[in-house]
Amino acid sequence: MYSQTVMDHFRNPHNVGKMENPSGVGKVGNPQCGDEMIIYIKVENNVITDVSFETFGCVAAIASSSMTTDLIKGKTIEEALALSNKEVADKLGGLPPLKMHCSVLAEDGIKMAIEDYRKREEEKKNEQKI
Amino acid sequence: MEKSVYLDNNATTKVDKEVVESMMKYLKDDYGNPSSLYTLGQNARSAVEDSRKRVASILNCEPRDVFFTGSGTESDNIAVKGVARRYKNKGNHIITSAIEHHAVLKSVEHLAKEGFTYDIAKVGEDGIVDVDHLKSLIKPETILISVMYANNETGAIQPIEEIGKIAKEREIYFHTDAVQGAGKLTLDVKKLNVDMLSLSGHKFHAPKGIGILYKRTGINPIPLFHGGHHELSVRPSTENVPYIVAVAKALEIAYRDIDEHRAKQTMLKERLKAGITKNIGNILLNTPDNSVFNTLNISFVGIEGESILFSLDEFGIAVSTGSACTSGSLEASHVIMAMGRDHTTSHGSVRFSLSKYTTEEEIDYTIDKVKSVVEKIRKISPYK
Ligand SMILES: Cc1ncc(COP(=O)(O)O)c(C=O)c1O
Ligand SMILES: [Zn+2]
Repeated sequence: MYSQTVMDHFRNPHNVGKMENPSGVGKVGNPQCGDEMIIYIKVENNVITDVSFETFGCVAAIASSSMTTDLIKGKTIEEALALSNKEVADKLGGLPPLKMHCSVLAEDGIKMAIEDYRKREEEKKNEQKI
Repeated sequence: MEKSVYLDNNATTKVDKEVVESMMKYLKDDYGNPSSLYTLGQNARSAVEDSRKRVASILNCEPRDVFFTGSGTESDNIAVKGVARRYKNKGNHIITSAIEHHAVLKSVEHLAKEGFTYDIAKVGEDGIVDVDHLKSLIKPETILISVMYANNETGAIQPIEEIGKIAKEREIYFHTDAVQGAGKLTLDVKKLNVDMLSLSGHKFHAPKGIGILYKRTGINPIPLFHGGHHELSVRPSTENVPYIVAVAKALEIAYRDIDEHRAKQTMLKERLKAGITKNIGNILLNTPDNSVFNTLNISFVGIEGESILFSLDEFGIAVSTGSACTSGSLEASHVIMAMGRDHTTSHGSVRFSLSKYTTEEEIDYTIDKVKSVVEKIRKISPYK
């Protein structure tokens, strides 16, 4: 049912765990199936220098979380924002059609984490002004 | 993957060797059509009628009340749709339960498009139908009640005798999907107070694609198919002689050895339950005490069922899950949800279903692997 790459990422997912002092956190839930994901990013000079995740979900959700974090590590914020779930699925050697929605979770997670990072930056700026 | 531990016997079972042997003759030698008048046909006819008698003796009914069908799904469809359509002049209301197999639930939903109305009886947290609630749903127009005997996901045994008694008093037809009860519970239709009962061969070591429908004499469901006079036209089509022989043989074996099966599987199920409960924290039992002896359903809180399933598969262990991610419809098991569990708990439910072939060594191996798999997946999860 799943490709070899999916199973490899599922067996040994990369970048697992909670991060101390992240620059941004994205917490997303899939209203369709109930999978949930938290993604942590560390940003320095507009570059994502570190990323990690925690996922409550199926094989597809865990494998896409792992692949997504691999793909955005070392990328700029803009590059990370451009990543689509379709790209993640392709890199995984494809996902069964019914499982595509599970990979949306990781894409949404990244977007949310970046949004959170930007919000924090904004707040910092405002604090400095005061 | 050398090791193979099959713990998904509520999905289907391995065909018993004795059963395979019993049917071979009707594939190789006595291959005639039971409706043919020459010897070859009549040999097949006697095999069918002999099988019917054997099934009838286990169901404690007349052979003429036993019908061979193409599957459990087909038996359920004939009973539910056939009876509703036949007796719609008496009323248009049907009652079923929240935990039925889709073969019954979807049939009832379909009937709603034909002008029938229906109500769904609730289950308690234990997954057992709330009889008082069911009673309160009965209306003067109610013509049919369909409640399963044992649930396929949790193994919970339903109060069939009691519901049957109520149905009888109110003169409502009563059908039970007994697919998961075969070989585990009595199928005495008089004791159970049922008018109709469905069975499926592949759940008790016969092949897939053979079902049994019991219906009391005098009830005449409108058939799903129209054709010849086979099975009194309730289910026309040339009889599947080898599988009919097989299903009768399998049922006979199941009840011949039931005491032995019950003793062994009860012990193994308790061993599995104790092993998991002792070694793994934060779990929820979805199987009540009053359940069939082969089924154990557990939710591992904070992790999802499909990931457990695939991880166990790597160790050669086959189980199933009520997770939304495996359902096709992306909805978590309607059975576990009906018990009032939240979505997250249903998402992490795993069903272990044993058979007469399950060994103690397999159970110990499974306990060990479930423990390591759950620990590993919990490390990935935001819920620890
Ligand atoms: C309770 C129940 N009813 C009906 C069925 C359907 O039986 P079949 O697969 O023979 O159509 C099954 C199994 O799939 C079942 O578990
Ligand atoms: Zn999923």
